[in-house]
Amino acid sequence: MNLRRDVFQAIADPTRRAILLLVASQSLTAGAIAANFDTARPTVSKHLQILTECELLQQEQTGREIHYHINAKKMKEVADFIEPFRQMWDDRFNKLEAIMKNYKPNK
Amino acid sequence: MELKTRINAENGKQEMVITREFNLPVNLLFKAFSEPELIEQWMGTKVLMFDGKKYGGYQIETRDPKGNVAFKASGVFHEFKADEKITRTFEMENTPFGVQLEICEFESLTDDTCKLNMHVVYESVAQRDEVLKLPFAQGINWAHSRLEEMMSKLK
Repeated sequence: MNLRRDVFQAIADPTRRAILLLVASQSLTAGAIAANFDTARPTVSKHLQILTECELLQQEQTGREIHYHINAKKMKEVADFIEPFRQMWDDRFNKLEAIMKNYKPNK
Repeated sequence: MELKTRINAENGKQEMVITREFNLPVNLLFKAFSEPELIEQWMGTKVLMFDGKKYGGYQIETRDPKGNVAFKASGVFHEFKADEKITRTFEMENTPFGVQLEICEFESLTDDTCKLNMHVVYESVAQRDEVLKLPFAQGINWAHSRLEEMMSKLK
């Protein structure tokens, strides 16, 4: 498994970015996080699982509850990488290719 | 899926090279860089002015859903040679990122494939590195505004 790539897949998703932003200011339980979204609870759980697996989020057991908090070190690492920039250009170029494949000169 | 775009940005250098192969004849790739209505489509921005020739220039702008200018950039062309090369400057206005020089080479590989080679030179190493971090920062900001939107709906 290519972990580095997974990190960028993780932050490519808008809901997951919103989760990171929520948790950036305070640690929260899965329930508290899910309450911020219209999305079904299992979908939010899946997002949390992905973010935890690629170490952007960390779990902390407090009594019977699990709180999620942000892994600042990993976030910093991600921010330093070139990958989001490459992803941005790749998206643009994919779009360019798709548009030009359908291009009709006399339109 | 593997990305087709490659970026070579060596540590401590104020430049980078972006390369990408396209399943397009080279003239169509060049067209995508030289016709304003096509640039608008793939760059997702509005072209305010475009004069594709030596001594010519361009201005682009993107507005947020509320109509505020979110991004404004401009530059001039030093070389504009059909299906071969565009040398231009690029500057994001009202930002500390300075001016960058972009040398875009269009290379035909076969009748249906071609390659783009973009050599980008920044004012300094620090400025290059700041620009590289931009998409990530924007990603977070975009998530933020979406979040605000969601929150305001809850009220």
